[in-house]
Amino acid sequence: MKPITLNLDKVAQALEKAAKDAIVEKIPVEGDDHLVVKADQVHKLLETLKNDKNLQFNFLTDLTAVDYMGYPGREGERFEVVYQLYSQANNYRVRLKAEVPEADPKIRSIADLWANADWLEREVWDMYGILFEGHPDLEKHGKIQRLLMYEGFEGHPLRKDYPLKKHQPTIELRTPIETEPDPPYQWTKTEKIEQYGLTDGLDD
Amino acid sequence: MNELAIQIIATVVKFGVLVLGFALGLAGLLTWQERKQSSYMQDRIGPNRAAIMGIRLWGLPHFLADGIKMIFKEDVIPDNANKFLFHLAPILGLSMVLISLAMVPFGGTFNLFGADVPMIIAPISEGILLIFALSGLSIYGGVLAGYSSDNKLGLLGSMRTSAQMISYEVTLGLTLVGIFMVMGSVRLDEIAAMQGGGAWGVFLQPFGFLLFFAAGIAETKRAPFDLPEGESEIVGYFLEYSGMRFGMFMFGEFVEIVLLGMLLTTMFFGSYHVLPWVDVWTPVHAWLVQTLGNTTLAGLITAAGQFAVFATKVAFFCFIQLAVRWTLPRFRYDQVMRFGWLFLLPLSLLNLIVTAVVMLL
Amino acid sequence: MSEETTKSQTTVVEDVGTVPAEAFELQLGPSHPAMHGIVKLDTIAEGELVVGMNATIGYLHRGMEKMCEHRTWDQNVVFTDRLNYVSPTLNNAAYCAAIEKHMGITLPERAVWVRMIVSEMGRVADHLTCVTASAMELGGFTHFFYYIKARELIYFMFEKICGARVTTSMSRVGGQAFDLYDGFEKEWREDVEPQIRELIEDGSKLITRNRIFYDRFRHTGELPLDRCISYGMTGPRLRAAGSDLDLRKDAPYWFYDKLDFEVPSGKYGDNYDAYLIRMEEMEQSLRMIDQCLDKLPDGDVMLDDPKVFQPKKKDTYGHIEGLIHHFKHVMEGVKVPAGERYYAVEAPNGELGFYIVSDGSGIPFRVRVRPPCFMNTAALTEMCIGGQIADIVPTFGSINMIGGELER
Repeated sequence: MKPITLNLDKVAQALEKAAKDAIVEKIPVEGDDHLVVKADQVHKLLETLKNDKNLQFNFLTDLTAVDYMGYPGREGERFEVVYQLYSQANNYRVRLKAEVPEADPKIRSIADLWANADWLEREVWDMYGILFEGHPDLEKHGKIQRLLMYEGFEGHPLRKDYPLKKHQPTIELRTPIETEPDPPYQWTKTEKIEQYGLTDGLDD
Repeated sequence: MNELAIQIIATVVKFGVLVLGFALGLAGLLTWQERKQSSYMQDRIGPNRAAIMGIRLWGLPHFLADGIKMIFKEDVIPDNANKFLFHLAPILGLSMVLISLAMVPFGGTFNLFGADVPMIIAPISEGILLIFALSGLSIYGGVLAGYSSDNKLGLLGSMRTSAQMISYEVTLGLTLVGIFMVMGSVRLDEIAAMQGGGAWGVFLQPFGFLLFFAAGIAETKRAPFDLPEGESEIVGYFLEYSGMRFGMFMFGEFVEIVLLGMLLTTMFFGSYHVLPWVDVWTPVHAWLVQTLGNTTLAGLITAAGQFAVFATKVAFFCFIQLAVRWTLPRFRYDQVMRFGWLFLLPLSLLNLIVTAVVMLL
Repeated sequence: MSEETTKSQTTVVEDVGTVPAEAFELQLGPSHPAMHGIVKLDTIAEGELVVGMNATIGYLHRGMEKMCEHRTWDQNVVFTDRLNYVSPTLNNAAYCAAIEKHMGITLPERAVWVRMIVSEMGRVADHLTCVTASAMELGGFTHFFYYIKARELIYFMFEKICGARVTTSMSRVGGQAFDLYDGFEKEWREDVEPQIRELIEDGSKLITRNRIFYDRFRHTGELPLDRCISYGMTGPRLRAAGSDLDLRKDAPYWFYDKLDFEVPSGKYGDNYDAYLIRMEEMEQSLRMIDQCLDKLPDGDVMLDDPKVFQPKKKDTYGHIEGLIHHFKHVMEGVKVPAGERYYAVEAPNGELGFYIVSDGSGIPFRVRVRPPCFMNTAALTEMCIGGQIADIVPTFGSINMIGGELER
């Protein structure tokens, strides 16, 4: 096993130096330390975590979001964007959680720090509707493109107020078919049906 | 019977036996053999379900079933395709190869019914040069196929086809020049006859044989050179073809395999002769003439024997080509070009120079 | 033949919108024989050179994470089968291990060893599939049949254990639902493993030193180490670039610290290195299974705590408490304490992570799967630009993109 040469206090210290009062809460859990931070400082904190010589968090393992609507005893904002980081040199993992309000869910994009943040943030936009300011798609296409859903999908599926079995509007065909649609199936009565008296679904 | 009538009848019979019976039959059989041989190489059973009246025969009727199925398939032509070229391409692909079959000898010359009948459908004086010309034309089949279908992947396939085939034609030609120099003739029937009682081509030009084999496989667009029809990458130049049109391309490919086998046997492996340095057929024919007293019958029996030997050798080479196809992965485009121009071509030139030097000495 | 396939000048065109002159757009579309797992690649190519690419995914998105929020913890194991559907046992084990770590429960030893055995078998199956799919797409069909036969032997054993080849659902919170059957060790040691080794050897003879295969794979899909790390890639592709990051060695979980194995790493970060690493990892996995079978203790694979693990059938039908526990377990689920946890294992593709958020009830609040091939596929465009169209196919094969995992 490679030695773990960091702990939550050292990380918190370095982050305090980088951005004052950015850390809202420190939660040390064995093997799974995490911090709750302020959303507007996230980019600065992550930049520190990546570039600081002692910290060297070179892997952005995961970037996701959680919708806390309906969580019992929740006092913070509705959304939380979660950044999971890993430092290969120190063999240490840390998680940063940034609270994002429901009214105007926005947070600054970190696509300039790590290359996979591009797709990860697209997925969070797709699933939750959290806008990432400065995302490369905004310059190229004017809006963040959806990743897993198709274009023309309405809504953000992983939000808690999106029902599990919601129907989407039908997408029009690109080239409309010129033939007539098939006529509805004509059920025919057979003797067996008459014999057994089965009339469910038959148009008389 | 006058000579012309005999020649005409003989040509028709030769056409029926060699082209229809042997070449096309073998090509059709190869479609089945490819699947069966590959399955035995890959530790599985392969097609064994088709049966004619209950007789399975290891799945042989599959090739009939495939042919019939293809004829009955719907013929889809893309809306924006160039109709004339779309229809022309498979014709070019297949017909040129079939015509080339007429130039391959499968026996010597016999006196049947009082006329000298050569066992070759079209004994023209240009010999193999005409085969080259026709295979040059058959390149158009592949090129036009992808170009005329309104499809970028098809276009890529045709571009690759044209480049690959033109490159390997050069090597093919140059290796054959070695044979011409050694045998002293361009005519295939003379080359075949010269190998009776003498050394076979492979002993005179061993290196040329390998080069010709490699370039030949590239010409037939079989693996490892099958990137024009690279099935899993860009589907190929015949992407938009369906039904029997596609069948014509596939069939043309299998006939090309047979043709390559025929050319290899004719030029390098003694064609219809049984052993190198020992002429078997001349004494056999003489003995038959003596015992039977009838040159026609003797000639027919000898011709049949020569044809059988020829057919066996061709079948063997087809088997080898199929085995190569199922063993090797396919090249990338620039690797094919590099291989053809920077490797095979200099080697064939070297082969030519060495042959010339050895002949001078 | 020259040794190096010289790549054309690398022109990384970021913006696919402005098309350079003489270029054409080629869509290696969703229905394509080589895009298994379904990815649409809009390529802009000049002749054979790829100058721009845009990858579109989402053709297999099934809403797993949303569905997980409406089913109990144990019912979600079924969804994890369908993530990396070639090595399902490993996904099941990882998900259950994440919950168990969060709850702080210790499993019986045999359960963990059995998890390791089936996980390593899944790893071998995954590497077999990845290697042979890329060989098949290059035209080496014979290799495909040999390795698929080897994979079939592994799937036969899964079927004998749990009744299903791919949708195994072997793990539950608190242990394994299916123990190894009697005669598993004998069959593995005497029958299956020698056959698998022989087939791997046969396939390797066909392509490892084959000049054609080498030319197709060497120096194609290269990505230097710093870019790999920036993409968060893990697994064989990262190790091909020169790193030796492997969670089984750096942060051993379960009983991997008791096993003796090596972690191969490459040099160039191209497809050929990834291929060699996968071949070597298969060998190491077979070694590991051997050691696990040696060390396998007797005992039960199911935790004896009725609050966590569904009671055995004789208790359910025998005692009233068993029945009640069974009822509550099925209707309400395992009560996982409130909180969150991120837990990662080394899947065949890289780091498979589960981020679970619980609100204290038997139904998860959020289950996030950190898919390893997501990062690989995000890097696909950068790997392919500057190469040729014909290089896309081996590159795509070697990132081992499994649609179920990429898009959940």
